[in-house]
Amino acid sequence: MNNPPDVTQDSKEYEEYAHGVQKHVRGYLIVGATLLAFTMITVALSYVDFGAILSSLFHTNLTSTQGRKANIAVAVLVATFKAGLVGAIFMHLAAEKRLIYRILIFTGFFVLGLFWLTLLAWYDFPIFR
Amino acid sequence: MDASASVEIHHEPHGHDAAHEHHELGFWRKYIFSTDHKVIGIQYGLCGMVFLFFGFCLMMMMRWQLAYPGQAMPVIGKWLPHIFGAESMPDGKMTPNFYNSLGAMHGTIMIFLGVVPLAFAAFGNFVVPLQIGAPDMTFPKVNAASFWAFAVGGVVMSMSFFVPGGAAKGGWTSYVPLAAFDDTGPGRNPVFNGQTLWLIGFIFLITSSLLGAVNFITTIIQLRAKGLTWMRLPFFVWAQFVTAFLLLLAFPPLEAAIIMQLMDRLAHTSFFLPAGLVVNGAPVSISGGGNPLLWQHLFWFLGHPEVYVLILPAFGIVAEILANNSRKPLWGYKSLVFSVLVIGFLSFIVWAHHMWLTGMGSAVSAFFQTTTLLISIPSVIILSAFFISLWGGSIRFTVPMLFATAFLPMFGIGGLTGIPLAFNSADLYLHDTYYVIAHFHYIVAPGTIFGLFAGIYHWFPKATGRKMNDFWGKVHFWPTLVCMNVIFLPMFLQGMAGMHRRWYDGGQGWGVANEHTIWGLTGFQWNHPISWAAWIMGLAQIPFIINFFWCIKHGEKVNDNPWEATTLEWTAPSPPPHGNFVQTPVAYRGPYEYSLPGRERDFTMQSEPVEPAERTRRKPAAEPVLA
Amino acid sequence: MEIPYTVSTRPDTGLWNAKIGIWLFLASEVMLFGGLFSAYIFLRIDAAPGMWPHGVLNVPVGTFNTCVLIMSSVTVVLAWAALKMRRYRAYWWYMLATISCGIIFLVVKLAYEWPQKYDHFGIYIKSEALGKYEQYLGNAYAAEKELPPRLEITGHLHNPAALTDPNIKEYEVALDPLNADPTNPSMDRPHFLPLTVTHKIATIEKADVERATMFLPTHNAYFASYFTITGLHGLHVLAGVIVFIYMWLPVSKKVYQRNPEHLANRVEVSGLFWHFVDLIWIFVFPLFYLL
Repeated sequence: MNNPPDVTQDSKEYEEYAHGVQKHVRGYLIVGATLLAFTMITVALSYVDFGAILSSLFHTNLTSTQGRKANIAVAVLVATFKAGLVGAIFMHLAAEKRLIYRILIFTGFFVLGLFWLTLLAWYDFPIFR
Repeated sequence: MDASASVEIHHEPHGHDAAHEHHELGFWRKYIFSTDHKVIGIQYGLCGMVFLFFGFCLMMMMRWQLAYPGQAMPVIGKWLPHIFGAESMPDGKMTPNFYNSLGAMHGTIMIFLGVVPLAFAAFGNFVVPLQIGAPDMTFPKVNAASFWAFAVGGVVMSMSFFVPGGAAKGGWTSYVPLAAFDDTGPGRNPVFNGQTLWLIGFIFLITSSLLGAVNFITTIIQLRAKGLTWMRLPFFVWAQFVTAFLLLLAFPPLEAAIIMQLMDRLAHTSFFLPAGLVVNGAPVSISGGGNPLLWQHLFWFLGHPEVYVLILPAFGIVAEILANNSRKPLWGYKSLVFSVLVIGFLSFIVWAHHMWLTGMGSAVSAFFQTTTLLISIPSVIILSAFFISLWGGSIRFTVPMLFATAFLPMFGIGGLTGIPLAFNSADLYLHDTYYVIAHFHYIVAPGTIFGLFAGIYHWFPKATGRKMNDFWGKVHFWPTLVCMNVIFLPMFLQGMAGMHRRWYDGGQGWGVANEHTIWGLTGFQWNHPISWAAWIMGLAQIPFIINFFWCIKHGEKVNDNPWEATTLEWTAPSPPPHGNFVQTPVAYRGPYEYSLPGRERDFTMQSEPVEPAERTRRKPAAEPVLA
Repeated sequence: MEIPYTVSTRPDTGLWNAKIGIWLFLASEVMLFGGLFSAYIFLRIDAAPGMWPHGVLNVPVGTFNTCVLIMSSVTVVLAWAALKMRRYRAYWWYMLATISCGIIFLVVKLAYEWPQKYDHFGIYIKSEALGKYEQYLGNAYAAEKELPPRLEITGHLHNPAALTDPNIKEYEVALDPLNADPTNPSMDRPHFLPLTVTHKIATIEKADVERATMFLPTHNAYFASYFTITGLHGLHVLAGVIVFIYMWLPVSKKVYQRNPEHLANRVEVSGLFWHFVDLIWIFVFPLFYLL
């Protein structure tokens, strides 16, 4: 979609190109609707007491804090899925060039490094904890 | 498919761009608010040099206090209180607070207003598009915005000296909680105080660097001339490419941290402040819940890649000059490229070696020690490749070559003395001592700054069409080299004796600095020769300053390629016009084709076509393409 | 002098300049918000039990804002598609829709959500005085049900003069439902519909107060992060709206007439920025409103 044909609007070649773009439009609308639906799902799931569900499933007694952690995990997973849709479809990443992927993979690595290593340093603290 | 030119013109009727060419820009658009990379490069260069000089002056003032603590500064001691405020130096004697301001601002100004703008922005802007055969950067307006953001940041930082309370005093590292409470309270404006202005100025500087980084990376990827493949790029371009990535990805977490520190100062949040803090004897009314270590992690996440930002452009400059002045190709080009990429990558995961004394546990310390030691390997590879590049060369000691050659052992000392600091056990003793100061100054001062001097002498003819004077260049070089070593070598000794890096009295009141002698002088007494060497070194810069400005108009005129160099910038006129090249260059060969056998001259330019006699299995006569 | 590859693609990379430029910029933005999110994580992990509030933000309004931003992402990509298909009128309407959604988001946040917070009041009770206010805190009940302790009394401050006047020795607070009826099991977890302040008034003596402020950034680590992240995000939304307005005004039609692909590229690049802004909100919303 990055190199439209070098002709004016009236030609047949351009019409084919425009038709190709048109097909993607339907995809955008579907993804948009999916994102809205999953927003409602995120909100609904946040009121589900996963702590109680997991406790009864595994016959243990989870505290409210641990139950909250389960809710966090679920919410982040759903958010990641939504973010993935935005990235892949709206931001055209699914059809993007290798160079962009490389830039993003390095960025992803470094931001995870920032999170993980700082977390590691936080917890590996013999004096305070 | 010759994509570029034809498609553009096809879409633009009426020769719109032709009209642009003939439209003469007024003075302001041509010289002040220019979008031409060469003008912007020179603007960055001049500002960078002014700030380097200013930071140097701050250091010279500090050196007085260190050598003669509590004594009135002679000659200028009377005027300084008029400039910096009466509370800074009553009777010409430096107060501890003012000393701390000088220390914090010396570091900040040298790094962020001096070296980075000069090494990355000035040299990068001027040289990189010329070396890759491009007409300009990909985003000229963004380039101009980047310079002006830097200028605003510089003004804000400079302004901070003149507000009540003076400039920031919490070190260039601005550790909280001190930095959160410094310059607050009665007599201090909530916004116009040293620390807050430091933070605000920094936001502009970071913005400038981010915009610049985007420009550099995109330009190097997209605007390389035909035939200029990645492995035919001059090493200088590779170095700038990696440096840009470091700036792009490492600066933002610090920007986030700065925003949070501003919130702590202005909105009284507690991002970095734990509960129960007591300041000046009274408990502070904050919500607590924050952690000072969060600031340190976010700061050093930038702080470590930042030091590679300081050195990599210098590596690039030195590489070009060594090859050019030894009349032979750089040895180990592939290892150099590989090493600089590995340095770039690893530099993101070594930062906590600046935090050995914060009480981190053994697992995370082991991780960071390992990565820190690993990163020394590519640095050694690069330095070794440079040394080996000299072997068997026809070395000519032009002024750039003097600086570039001196860089090698100076950086060697700096790098090797970093190794003990990589171990948290050795660092337990050496942290915050003069040893650390000596280590990093060896890298930045007789290291990077020598690289920058070399670059100025080397590319001055391209920018002006004239050479700087050789005699005065040597007068500049030799005293500077000697003084650098007299200043920083004894600091290793002072550090190992236990002298702390931020004592405002130079150790006069501390036992470790006065009880034992090292090589004949006590730690405190070593401050005297060091300070005198610093002031003499200041004098040695005067020939350089005069040489630089004088030769712009009155230097010896030279042709387009006075150094007989091979890279593409030397095919352009000196100085290059708007658009750089008379004919768009095409690269047929590698960047360092010096002393090719069977040729008349000892250098072959990158743009010279490959002759039938030269074709080998590795150099087929393929038509240059975009790759 | 023309810079090559501003509109057409360079053959070996397959990309035009601004596309690389914007992705590089977005990479730096990932690191910027990454720094802020890492602060959120550590502040939350480090918070003592009971010190990290839940359910203090208006979820229906937040959900509405999330939907507004998602719709604006849809309209901006449709605007770009319209440009690629050379339908300028459609582009103009979709762009207007995007700008409107952006403005609605900002207005809801700045004119409703944030002011609602400044009007709400919270008091942290000193640990030694917790027993005295048990009727409002219900800590025995919380301990029994293994819920985190309640350390805060929240609601509307009826005597705001108490904040500045040292002669007034107590706060009169119209209590939130949790403090009005702390042992009610329905208060154990936050609700979807925001509960209104009750009419029950509590008198809290200043001597028992650890800390008392409105729900401002200074109140606790939660609000510090909330206001900072949503504030920075809001600035990005504003920047996006300004750029879109520029692309929608007649001056951009001139670019379209000269080279429609050039405008399409500019819209694509700004659209990518806008999607990123939406992406950040997709994470901010659950982390602050729902969890």
